[in-house]
Amino acid sequence: MKREIGGGPPVAELENIHLSFGGLQALQDVSVAVKPRERLAIIGPNGAGKSSLFNIISGIYTPSSGTIRHKGEARPARMRPYEVARLGIARTFQNIALFSGMTALDNIMTGRNSLMRRGVLGEALQLPWARRQEIEHRRRAEEIIDFLEIPSVRQTPVGALPYGMQKRVELGRALAAEPELLLLDEPMAGMNLEEKEDMCRFVLDVNEIHGTTLILVEHDMGVVMDISDRVAVFDYGRKIADAAPDDVRRDQAVIDAYLGTAHEH
Amino acid sequence: MAGIPAANTFPRLLRANAEHMGSLPAYREKEFGIWQTWTWSEVDDEVRFLALGLRSLGLERGDRFAIIGDNRPSLYWSFTAGQSIGAIPVPCYQDSVADEIAYVCEHAGVRVAVVEDQEQVDKLIEVRDRLPELRAIVYTDPRGLERYDEVEGLVGVEAVVETGRGLHGRDPEDYEREVARGRPTDIAAILYTSGTTGRPKGVLLTHANLIEPARRAVKFDNLTRRDEVLAYLPMAWVGDFVFSIAQCHIAGFCVNCPESPETVLTDLREIGPTYFFAPPRIFENMLTSLMVRMENAALLKRRLFAFFLDVARRVGCDILDGKRVHPLQRLLYAVGNLLIYAPLRDVLGLGRIRVAYTAGEAIGPDVFRFFRSLGINLKQLYGQTEASVYVTIQADAEARADTVGSRFPGVEVRIQDQEVQFRGDGVFQGYYRDEAATAKTMTEDGFVRTGDAGYFDEAGHLRIVDRAKDVGALTDGTLFAPKFIENKLKFHAWIREAVAFGHERDMVCCMINIDLEAVGDWAERRGIAYSGYTDLARQEEVYELVRGGIREVNADLAEDPALRGSQIRRFLILHKELDADDGELTRTRKVRRAVIGQNYGELVEALYAGRDSCRVVAEVTFEDGRRGTVEADVRIWDVDASAPMAAAA
Repeated sequence: MKREIGGGPPVAELENIHLSFGGLQALQDVSVAVKPRERLAIIGPNGAGKSSLFNIISGIYTPSSGTIRHKGEARPARMRPYEVARLGIARTFQNIALFSGMTALDNIMTGRNSLMRRGVLGEALQLPWARRQEIEHRRRAEEIIDFLEIPSVRQTPVGALPYGMQKRVELGRALAAEPELLLLDEPMAGMNLEEKEDMCRFVLDVNEIHGTTLILVEHDMGVVMDISDRVAVFDYGRKIADAAPDDVRRDQAVIDAYLGTAHEH
Repeated sequence: MAGIPAANTFPRLLRANAEHMGSLPAYREKEFGIWQTWTWSEVDDEVRFLALGLRSLGLERGDRFAIIGDNRPSLYWSFTAGQSIGAIPVPCYQDSVADEIAYVCEHAGVRVAVVEDQEQVDKLIEVRDRLPELRAIVYTDPRGLERYDEVEGLVGVEAVVETGRGLHGRDPEDYEREVARGRPTDIAAILYTSGTTGRPKGVLLTHANLIEPARRAVKFDNLTRRDEVLAYLPMAWVGDFVFSIAQCHIAGFCVNCPESPETVLTDLREIGPTYFFAPPRIFENMLTSLMVRMENAALLKRRLFAFFLDVARRVGCDILDGKRVHPLQRLLYAVGNLLIYAPLRDVLGLGRIRVAYTAGEAIGPDVFRFFRSLGINLKQLYGQTEASVYVTIQADAEARADTVGSRFPGVEVRIQDQEVQFRGDGVFQGYYRDEAATAKTMTEDGFVRTGDAGYFDEAGHLRIVDRAKDVGALTDGTLFAPKFIENKLKFHAWIREAVAFGHERDMVCCMINIDLEAVGDWAERRGIAYSGYTDLARQEEVYELVRGGIREVNADLAEDPALRGSQIRRFLILHKELDADDGELTRTRKVRRAVIGQNYGELVEALYAGRDSCRVVAEVTFEDGRRGTVEADVRIWDVDASAPMAAAA
């Protein structure tokens, strides 16, 4: 199956972004763009600014200066996370952020929040349209459960699930929002080999079947090199490389900053 | 309904059901969290189109085709669809590795494979060069197969059904003509038996072989169209064919397919089957996890549970058997039923059971009585693939833990030189392409040798002692029945598998696999830390626990004058769980004693050389098919022999 990357303006585009916390420069003059259906990986040592970048795209941080564009149109610098969600952007977190007392199914249903039409009265009285809406959302949630192969834990409280499963549920919640752009913050962290292989398969399927654009932050170089179309490398708040995986692997600046491979002086 | 004379092949049974009860549910499957139902007339359509579609792939009368996957309605339909056009289904065990599947498909010379998903497609692609006759692979679940467009002959079941629909539109009588050509004496399936020794053998069974005994079993237990079953056991196993296809078509009951293998217990509870089959280990697992859960319950609950379980133990089985029980005890049991037994049956998913069977291995007497005392009509039967299942069976009031019932209607059973032999209309036509094995199994007068040693007791009930060829003798001539000893060991909750050695040796020694769930819970309760099976299996406390169980078995053996000398004198706990992927168990989880004796030769020698530990490096096959090694120090402990009670007094 062929996958067409590009076509149309970048799904997300950051231009000359600066972000500082007090005196600390978290991001300095960063420009990065992701094309439709592309898989972009962001790598860099701890504190390089990877998560800050995510938080800017998802509206948690507001940059000190710079422009954010969504599909070619400038976005207000200050946006609430739920407004960003309505643009079709969803994310997972480095440390799992699920409702641990709720079931896997209910957690995934919360991901439908941005797509639900509200009406307290209609919901309370179970009016026909409210019921139809509920059934439709549940159907979508079930499709995700099937896709992620987690029907056996559908009714299990998330807190009782093993770590790898929780990661899967969190991906499910992000997918429930039917995002065009999915931000994955270390989706493979803490997983064993088998869980990583499963997760890679799900991530690739999301991208190839649904055409979802992906940005992922990941430390596992094997995973990054295998699944991404392009790798952006960050160091001390600056982007030091942005190229295809094979080129990045050979880039001397990257090796010095990050990969740490021995090289001749 | 059961009397339609023309319905003597499976496709004709289906036609008859579509005509007589077209709107009743035939198959269900849970999809997207909801049970989807197909009626008999919908199944009739699906099968018709699939049949013509399969034929268009080049599958012809007499050709063999493979079916591989978990229990799915569309895979069940492919059996009947293939049979309609005279092709012969060859179901394979879905968890077999590629090499095992290749052996069966190669031996049967399959033309087409109907498989569930990517996992099975991958296995077939891996071994495709060994299967030159394989023309097409039909998959039912397209998931993950988007990138396989260059694989030759790979096609989705929906496309095949569409082709068939088109063919049917052009010639609506086509299918009927195909069905009319079928004969009850045609081969309806080749079922490969896993076998505890050697390569699997293909058992040839005709429509008549499968239909006639199944019809009698339907009558025996009064199965009707209102019954419900859960189809969760491997489709390659004869029992699943008989329960989920033959009896379902004859009685007209509904077959429910679980959502996934991991959800079986939830699905069991949602469906609440009325007719149920499970091998002993499933009942044992249910009981073990129930007991583990009760140990963790609040004190009051635990007390209540223990009290009423005691009531059930005393009178439950008698009440189920319709025997006379003191009215006060009956009242107590009724209260227990309200408070404990009924909710428990419901939690286990056994709340609506009318008839349940277990077979395949000996079931622990405690396990068997536990389920019966709760009011669950659990019975035993004894059967074989070569018999289309039924050889002997227990009637409702005849359920016993230590027998397998009296002869099944229409089957002759005899004991010759200790060996159980049978004859009847379920008897198979031979092993496919293996005349030597067929000749060895069939006697001249048409009886089949089971290879099991057994005898009929005073009541006319069959008791199976052991595999005839496994019964041996110690060097001093004492009778040694390994499986008999192993089963006694396995009846202990701590022991999952046991392998006994002793033939032509001076004493009996055994290897143990502990039950990780039960022993793990026991260890946690005592604050014993462990990192996994291998670690837990080498703890001294665990050895002490297992030795306690072995002592009880020895005390049991001491009571039998013939077996007194075959008490277990030394044992060890294996550092890894025996696994079908390593060839140590069959796919139906029977111990392969010879393979284990060979794989762990060092350990066997260490047992008999009197050493107290042995270093081992074992080769294991991981789930993804890679091979690796596990290294460990295995302890060996002694056990005292028991004296018979009478002598001790």
